[in-house]
Amino acid sequence: MKIMDGTIVTSYNTRDALLKLYEENSERIGKNDSARISALRKEGISLFKQKGFPHTKLEKWRNTDLSKVLNHNFSFPLEADSGEVDFEEVFKCDVPGFDTFMVAQLNGKFIDRGKIISQSVQGVVVCSLAEAFIKHPGLIEKHFGQYAPASDSSLTALNTAFARDGVFIYVPDNISVTETVQMVNLIHSGNEVFLQTRNLVILGRNSSLRLVQCDDSVDDQIGFINSVTEAVIGENSSLDHYKLQNKNDRSALINNIYFQLEANAVLSTNAISLNGGLIRNEANVKLNGRGAHADILGVYLMDRNQHIDNQVFVDHSQPDCTSNEMFKGILDDHASGVFNGHILVRRDAQRTNAYQNNKNILISDKAVIDTKPFLEIYADDVKCSHGATVGQLDSEAMFYLRSRGIGMENARMLLMYAFAAEIVNRISIPQLRLRIDDLVKKRLRGELSVCDQCVLHCNAKEQKVAFEIDMSRI
Amino acid sequence: MEKDPNNILEEVTQGDYKYGFYTDIEMDTAPVGLTEDTVRFISAKKNEPEWLLQYRLDAYHKWLEMTEPTWAHLLHPPISYQDIIFYAAPKKKKELSSLDEVDPELIATFNKLGISLEEQKKLSGVAVDAVIDSVSVKTTFSETLEKQGIIFCSFSEAVQKVPDLVKQYLGTVVPSDDNYFAALNSAVFSDGSFCYIPKGVRCPIELSTYFRINAANTGQFERTLIIGDENSYVSYMEGCTAPMRDENQLHAAIVEIVALKEAEVKYSTVQNWYPGNKKGEGGIYNFVTKRGICKGNNSKISWTQVETGSAITWKYPSVVLMGDNSVGEFYSVAVTNNYQQADTGSKMIHLGRNTKSTIISKGISAGFSNNSYRGLVKMTKRAENSRNFSQCDSLLLGDKCGAHTFPYIKTENKTSIVEHEATTSKISDDQLFYCNQRGISTESAIGLIVNGYAREVLKQLPMEFAVEAQKLLSISLEGSVG
Repeated sequence: MKIMDGTIVTSYNTRDALLKLYEENSERIGKNDSARISALRKEGISLFKQKGFPHTKLEKWRNTDLSKVLNHNFSFPLEADSGEVDFEEVFKCDVPGFDTFMVAQLNGKFIDRGKIISQSVQGVVVCSLAEAFIKHPGLIEKHFGQYAPASDSSLTALNTAFARDGVFIYVPDNISVTETVQMVNLIHSGNEVFLQTRNLVILGRNSSLRLVQCDDSVDDQIGFINSVTEAVIGENSSLDHYKLQNKNDRSALINNIYFQLEANAVLSTNAISLNGGLIRNEANVKLNGRGAHADILGVYLMDRNQHIDNQVFVDHSQPDCTSNEMFKGILDDHASGVFNGHILVRRDAQRTNAYQNNKNILISDKAVIDTKPFLEIYADDVKCSHGATVGQLDSEAMFYLRSRGIGMENARMLLMYAFAAEIVNRISIPQLRLRIDDLVKKRLRGELSVCDQCVLHCNAKEQKVAFEIDMSRI
Repeated sequence: MEKDPNNILEEVTQGDYKYGFYTDIEMDTAPVGLTEDTVRFISAKKNEPEWLLQYRLDAYHKWLEMTEPTWAHLLHPPISYQDIIFYAAPKKKKELSSLDEVDPELIATFNKLGISLEEQKKLSGVAVDAVIDSVSVKTTFSETLEKQGIIFCSFSEAVQKVPDLVKQYLGTVVPSDDNYFAALNSAVFSDGSFCYIPKGVRCPIELSTYFRINAANTGQFERTLIIGDENSYVSYMEGCTAPMRDENQLHAAIVEIVALKEAEVKYSTVQNWYPGNKKGEGGIYNFVTKRGICKGNNSKISWTQVETGSAITWKYPSVVLMGDNSVGEFYSVAVTNNYQQADTGSKMIHLGRNTKSTIISKGISAGFSNNSYRGLVKMTKRAENSRNFSQCDSLLLGDKCGAHTFPYIKTENKTSIVEHEATTSKISDDQLFYCNQRGISTESAIGLIVNGYAREVLKQLPMEFAVEAQKLLSISLEGSVG
């Protein structure tokens, strides 16, 4: 195993190690920085120094404890090594009829395959963030760090300080990107890695983009990813965003996304978490222009000792905006789940319509769910509602199925599938929907392993999904 | 005189706080500030046994180490605990044996409040324990109740009469170190009501306590303990008012309820402390810990509250559902106007099997006020087949106020069902138009709609309270038009 750029740090105190790493490499990290970004980094590292990693005393973190996943002998690769991966394997994308442009990051490093997106002639840019710092300094200067305030979370602050590589997407005005951009984030390392990736997505006016963000593990190595994505959606533009997470049980993933919507922009974001040791998805949606609309959806299927934490913050700062949140989850074994939704309607955001819902099914007595749908409202002409339920599979529905000769297991499966389908069915890309539909069925049957890697090039022989009648029980 | 229905709103909302008068009664007060000596002073005043003094001192020392909670959605200047008088009592001339001997000034005060002790005694069949500032001044009907074995008296009287019962249950529901304000109360509580319903007794009348803060610069720290023994029933009511003053006054009370096997306790409050003036000056800071425990199987505790007063309300009546099949209920209407702030809600802790709880909370905010619901529903591992339903609605009247909802739900077993739903909205133009079209003026239409909105909770109140509550409710309607 090659030592990654000589930056292996043997210390259990991850915070100090990171501070030291920054001190030693700050020049290298910020070599292409403007004065503004350099100041941002300094602010980020000093905030992180001051606050440290989030702990359970913080209201937003009271149910997610990072201390265990941080207590590892991490290495912090500043320059990833990519020599050991079979690119053919990683980039094999053979979903028929699904036109995607794929970009991959391995261990936090953008892999340049020399391919460019077909609409690049029209000005569409998909490249690494590091490259964008050099080639598109104007855009970076205008947008980088503008939507993810360091004060929001010490992890965001830390990410800003270290932000070097990730995916950069720019769609100019009046362009509708035909290919779906797929970002694959892989970890394949012999070490216990601590990664920080940073993505920036910029949509001009009247444009549209479909983006699929996949987080996968290749092996069962311990890893910690602290990812921040900033996305700004210009006037009348639309972003269709999917997050697919299929990680091993020993990995921790913090996925912090900041969306800013300008007037009449439309966002649809869908987080599908199928496996992962500890996953925390933070979606911060700022409705910054009149008439913006956001759909924030999610489904999580967790078992064993997995932990899922979905944090959604919707900031209605302008009038006439609408938002719709729906998260559904099934928890089995010792799995634990957290949902924390926060809708803020500011004083002038009149005629807001906001909806928030979280539904959970607990399959085992050891599973735990904490849900907190939270409304904070300062305007009067609003319609806001929220709901949260925790329960089991409907016993009447169960009886209905069983009385028609469907066995217990199959009936259970059917009902769970139907429960998750409400979210899955809202995926607007048909090929993707079918794929995810399959994955959910597999996941429910316990057949989906993390080795299936990226969902879009899952080579395992497809099994026919059928809920057969169990004749032996009749 | 017949009132013009169209002016009712105006009258009620523009009208001053009608309980804001001050009665000049000779007072016995403790020195300003809080030290160990203050605690000893209060204890000695009340001629308390040694164990109670120790309990107080213990709480005082715990309090010193605690910090004021800041998590609530409330903004207020820091409270200076050393500027408060922790004990104030009407000067006692001699032991009172009948109502005739009560200070006439005091009787006048209660008459003004509409709590005519004499009248109550004769007509309404409600036993009243009236607490002024810190001390219980008169308990009516106690003789009648004694025949049934019911003990209903002031807390200090109970300490003398039934010390064993007090010792057995005091602090078992709200431990002295439960929170900052509970610790403070445990150290300096002055008086309050004590109620014990023996086995198998159904209390024939409603028990009621009336709290009144009168003196300036004082804090009121009353303590209520209600024990429902096996298979008993009691309905208990509490009301409160205070004079109008520019400075803020502190009220930190504790209510503890114990329901043993198959007992049922119903607790209703109409809280109408002085809310401050229209600019947000003055008013009571109301930091209250109310908790009940369903200790035995099949027991039931029900909280109903109408919160209209106080500059700041910090109050979470809770039920610990320990016995199997026990039931907890919480019905609340919280109204905030002008610069009032309320952070209130309920906690339902399900420990026993097949336990059920219901939370219905209606918040109404107007003016520049902020009204928050904060609640916790917890299903522990053992609480199999338990059920909770929560509904928290907020109504916004005016565009300068805020309504917030913070529900916490934690479930640790697979057989329980928890449902929570909440809505926030204003009175829709459709509804107003419908009423206007039928000749109902906008103001009365709003009155109609608000009352309908809160009906689910108001109907839970005992009849005596329901009328008062409905009147109080109208207070918030100002400024909702246009």
